[in-house]
Amino acid sequence: MNWEVVIGLEAHVQLATHSKIFSSSSTQYGAAPNTQANEVDMALPGSLPVLNRQAVEHAIRFGLAIGATVSPRSIFARKNYFYPDLPKNYQISQYEIPVVLGGTLQCFVDGEPFTFNLTRAHLEEDAGKSIHENFATPDGRPCSGIDLNRSGTPLLEIVSEPEMRSAAQAVAYARALHALVVWLGICDGNMQEGSFRIDANVSVRPKGQTAFGTRTETKNVNSFRFLERAISYEIRRQIELIEDGGKVVQETRLYDADRDETRSMRSKEDAHDYRYFPDPDLPPLIITSAWMAQVQAGMPELPEEMRRRFVETLGLSSEDVAQLCHDRQTAQYFEAVASALPAGQAKLAANWVMGEVAAALNRDEKEIDACPLSAAALAKLLLRISDGTISNKIARDVFTEMWSNNTLDADAIIEAKGLKQISDSAAIGAMVDEVIASQPAIVQEYRAGKQKAFNSLVGQVMKLAKGKANPAQVNDLLKQRLDS
Amino acid sequence: MALTETDVAFVAKLARLHITPEQQPALKHELNQVMGLIEQLQSIDTKGVEPLAHPLSVLHDIELRLREDSSLPTNTIAQRNHLMQNAPADADGLFLVPRVIE
Amino acid sequence: MALFLDQYADILALRHALDNKQISVKELTQALLGDIKQNVNLNAFVDVQPELSLAQAEVAEQSLARGQAGALTGIPLGHKDIFVTEGWRTTAGSRMLANYHSPFDATVVHALLKAQTVSLGKLSCDEFAMGSGNEHAATGPVRNPWDHEVVPGGSSGGSAAAVAAGLILGATGTDTGGSVRQPAALSGICGIKPTYGVASRFGMIAYASSLDQAGVMARSAADLALLLDAISGFDPRDATSIETCRGVANAPGRILSDYARFNDTKNTQPLAGLRIGVPTEYFGDGLNNNVAQAVEQALVVLESLGAKRVSISLPNTALSIPAYYVIAPAEASSNLARYDAVRYGHRTENYTDLADMSARSRTEGFGEEVRKRIMIGTYVLSHGYYDAYYLQAQRVRRLIAQDFQRAFADQCDVIMGPVTPTVAPAIGSLSTDPTAEWLGDIYTLSVNLAGLPGLSIPCGFAPGHRSQPLPVGLQMIGNYFDEGRLLAVAHQFQLVTDWHQRRPGAPT
Repeated sequence: MNWEVVIGLEAHVQLATHSKIFSSSSTQYGAAPNTQANEVDMALPGSLPVLNRQAVEHAIRFGLAIGATVSPRSIFARKNYFYPDLPKNYQISQYEIPVVLGGTLQCFVDGEPFTFNLTRAHLEEDAGKSIHENFATPDGRPCSGIDLNRSGTPLLEIVSEPEMRSAAQAVAYARALHALVVWLGICDGNMQEGSFRIDANVSVRPKGQTAFGTRTETKNVNSFRFLERAISYEIRRQIELIEDGGKVVQETRLYDADRDETRSMRSKEDAHDYRYFPDPDLPPLIITSAWMAQVQAGMPELPEEMRRRFVETLGLSSEDVAQLCHDRQTAQYFEAVASALPAGQAKLAANWVMGEVAAALNRDEKEIDACPLSAAALAKLLLRISDGTISNKIARDVFTEMWSNNTLDADAIIEAKGLKQISDSAAIGAMVDEVIASQPAIVQEYRAGKQKAFNSLVGQVMKLAKGKANPAQVNDLLKQRLDS
Repeated sequence: MALTETDVAFVAKLARLHITPEQQPALKHELNQVMGLIEQLQSIDTKGVEPLAHPLSVLHDIELRLREDSSLPTNTIAQRNHLMQNAPADADGLFLVPRVIE
Repeated sequence: MALFLDQYADILALRHALDNKQISVKELTQALLGDIKQNVNLNAFVDVQPELSLAQAEVAEQSLARGQAGALTGIPLGHKDIFVTEGWRTTAGSRMLANYHSPFDATVVHALLKAQTVSLGKLSCDEFAMGSGNEHAATGPVRNPWDHEVVPGGSSGGSAAAVAAGLILGATGTDTGGSVRQPAALSGICGIKPTYGVASRFGMIAYASSLDQAGVMARSAADLALLLDAISGFDPRDATSIETCRGVANAPGRILSDYARFNDTKNTQPLAGLRIGVPTEYFGDGLNNNVAQAVEQALVVLESLGAKRVSISLPNTALSIPAYYVIAPAEASSNLARYDAVRYGHRTENYTDLADMSARSRTEGFGEEVRKRIMIGTYVLSHGYYDAYYLQAQRVRRLIAQDFQRAFADQCDVIMGPVTPTVAPAIGSLSTDPTAEWLGDIYTLSVNLAGLPGLSIPCGFAPGHRSQPLPVGLQMIGNYFDEGRLLAVAHQFQLVTDWHQRRPGAPT
C-alpha cells in the first residue's frame, strides 16, 4: 500500500509585548510564581479584559508580511472549557472572524523552494502553567501547583493549510515561520522558554484518495528536532495501526522526548464542546486601512525581498542567500559589509560572514548582534584581500587578532606584523627560481605528468615567502618557468 | 427540543455541576419547562436581522477600545499574597489543586 | 420605632444639617449603625464593619472641617453585595463566596468613596443577582419594610429594603433585567438604571455582561441625580464603558447638567411639550387592576403638568422574556465558570480528583436558581443549539431595541408604564413552575435588552395578598443617555406629589 501523509501545523507564537494581551501585567520571563498576575489574570470576581494595542499591531504586521487579508473587523470569542491553568475556565480567542485570513509562506526543503498556504491567524491569550513537583495535601494526596504568570500572555495562533506531505516539509515550514516571526520582531523565538510552540496535525491516506484520513493532534512541541521525530513517529504509528486492521482515533497526543514516542493525553480524552460565543466584554476589533498602511510603512524589508535583491543585484547564489538571510541581523550585517566593498566583492563578503564570522560566533556562543567586529571593520579587512595586500590565509590570522581585541585595526596589524603580501613579480620570480633549482626531483615528477607535484612546489614557494606571496602570482610564475 | 436525561447529564458535565441520579428527573422536568418558554423564539421570523451583541450598537458601531502596551511592575511577595488571600490551598506562591495527570 | 434618618427627608436635607454642623458625620454614622443593629430582622445587611464605616466618617468629617465638602460628603450609603469591596466581605449572596475578601474596590464603589460618602455595609441580594425577590440569597430572604411577610423585590432587595426602612439614604444596586427598578417599585422608593456603558462594570461581579448595569436607589429623584452622576463616567478598565454620550464626555457633571437644564422651567406647565409614550403591550391581561389604576393616576398628574400622552406599540415586548432567559443564562454560565474552587471560593472537603473537586464545590456553593440558569445557559450555547437559541435571541433583541427606536424617533420623548404586574408577593409564595417568577419581569427586561436608561418612582399603593396597601412603582424609560431628562421629569412629578415621602409604618 502506498501511503500519503497529510500534515497541517498550528503554531502558538507568543507576541513580544511588554504587557499581557488583556491586562497590564508584565510578560517578562522568569519571575517568581504569581508575581506577574493581577486581578484580571487571576480572574478574580469583577475583573474585566482590555485589549493591548501592540498585540494587534504585531498581528497586523504578520498578516501583511505573509500577504494575507487583515480583517477590518474581527471578533473575540470565548472558548469555554474547564482547566486549572485557565483561570476564567474560558479562553478569550477568536473563532468565526479572526484577525488574519489566508497568506503564504515560502521555505526551502533540501534546497528546493516550497510555498505553503496558511488558513488563518488569530489572537488569543495563553494559559498559566501547572507545576507537578512534590506538593501534597496534609493528608498526603499529590497536588499540582498553578502559576498564572504566563496566563494572559498574547498569542498569535497561526494555522496552516494541511499541505505538507512529509516531516521534512513540515519542519521546513516551521523553521521558516519561526525565522519570519523573529525577523518581523513580533516574537523573540525562544523555544526553550515556550515563545514558539507547534501542534502537528497528522493523518495518512492511501495514495490517490481524496478524502482525508482521521488525524491526530500532537501538541506543544517546542523544538524542530522533536517536531521531526514526533511527526515521523505518528506517521509510522498510524500506518502500522491501519495495516494491522485498526482505526486511527481522533485524539490529542503529547510527544515524549525521553521515549521518542507520542502518547494519548488522558485529560483531553473527552470530546469538548467549546460553546464558542462572542465575548460580551469585548466589542468588535476594528482595524482601519490607515492603521494597516502605517504598519506597512514601518515594516522591515521581508526576507523574500532581501533574498531576491541579493541574488539579482549582488549576483549571489540562492543557497548563499538562503543562509545569509536566515535572520535579519545577519542579513543586515552582511549587507553593510558588502556595501563597504567595491562592486563584485559580494561573494567575498558572503563567504566570510557565513564562514569565519559564523564559526567564531558559534565557538564563543554569541549572536551576530554581539559580534566584536563591526561590519565596517570587517569590510576593511576584506578590502585588503580584494586589493591583493594580503592573502585569504593571512587575513584569517588578522581576523583572529581583531576578534580578540576589536580596538585593533586591520591595517595596523598588517603593518605591525609585516604581513603584506609579496606581489613584486621579480621577487616572486626569484623565489620560484630558487625552489625549482632546489627541487629537481619534484620538478621531474611534474614534467612526468603528476599534478600533485605542482602543488608541492607551490607550497615550497609559499614556505619560502613565509606565506606572504600572492598565491595567484606564484601559480602563474611557477607555471611559466616550468612550462618554458 | 425536549431534553433527555442523557442531555441533562452531558450539560451537567460541561458545566462542572454534580447531579445525582435522584436529582435527574426533577431537574430534567424543570429545564424542559424553561425550554418550553424559550421555544417561542423559534417561530419568530428574523431573516435579515443581525444579532445584537452590544446594546448600543443599535445607535452606532461600537468599536473595541485599545490599551497602550505599558506594563505594571512585578508584584512583591506581599502584593502577591494580598491578591491570593482567598486561595483555598497554596504553597510557595502557587495555587494548589489535586494533581492532574496528562 | 423612630429611626435617625426620619428627621431628614433626603440627601439635601442631610447635607444642610451636616454643613451647618447640626450633626457630625461620626454621630450620624454611629446612630445609623445602631438603627441597623436594631433592624437585623429585615436581614438587609450581609456585612457591617463599624470601624470601617467610622474611618470613612472621619475622612468626611475632616473635609467638612476644611470647608471642602462636596454634595455627597458624609452621606450614608450601602453597597449591593455584588460590588467587590476592600475591607467588607463580598459574597454576591452566595455560599460560594461566603468568606471572600476582594483585594480591590469596584470602580463604582471607589467613585462614591472619592465623593466622601460613608458606607454602612454590604447589602443582601439574590445570589449572583439572579432573582426577583431576594429569596435566593444564601443569608436568607430579606423582608419588605412595608410588610415583613412580603418580598422587597430583587435582586437588589437588600438595597431597597435598607433605603425604604430609613437605615441609609442611598444604595448602589445592579440591574440586569429589572433588579434596581423592580425592588424600588415593590419597596416604595426610587431607583434608576442608566444607559448601558454609562457606569463601569469593573468590580461588579458579572452575571450577564451585555445586560448588567450599575444603578442607584434613594428616596427621591433629586437624590438619584446626585448619586447616579457620581457613579457615572468612562472607565478604561471596562472595555464596554462608553466614552462619550452623544458627543458629551461620559463623566460626573453630564447627568446633573442635563437634569438642571430639563428642570429649568418657569412654567406652571413644566412638562409642556413632553410626549409620554404609553405602550399598549404594557397594559394587557397580566397587569393587576389596582396597579394599573395607580399608574394611570400618575399619568394624569403628568398630563396636568403639561405632558401629552401618546399611545404607542412595542410589539415585541412579550418576546423579551424568552430572549432574556436565553441570553442572560448563556452569559452567566460562562461568567460563573471561574468559580471552580482553585483560586478562591468554597472548596468541598471530600473529592476524588480535580474535576470532582470543582463539580462538588460548585454544586455545594451555588444555590438552585443559579445552578438551573447555568444549566440552561450551557445548553443553549452547546453544539447544534447556538444558532437556534442564542443567535436567535440576539436577533430578537435587535427587534426589541428597534421597537424603542421607532417610538423615540418621532412618537414620544419618554415611555412610561408599570414596573411590575403586581405589588410585592408574599415571601415563599413562588409557584413550582420556575418560569412563573420570570413572567413578572415583562415590563423591565426589554429595557436591559435595548440598553436604555430606566427608572422607577413610587406612584401609589395597591392591595397585597392580605389586602394590605403595598407600594406601586411608575416606570419611566428614556432614549440612550437621557438619564438627566428622566430624572427631571420624575422630579417635577415629585414636586406636586408626596408618594416618595411616605414611610413604612406611617398611614398610607
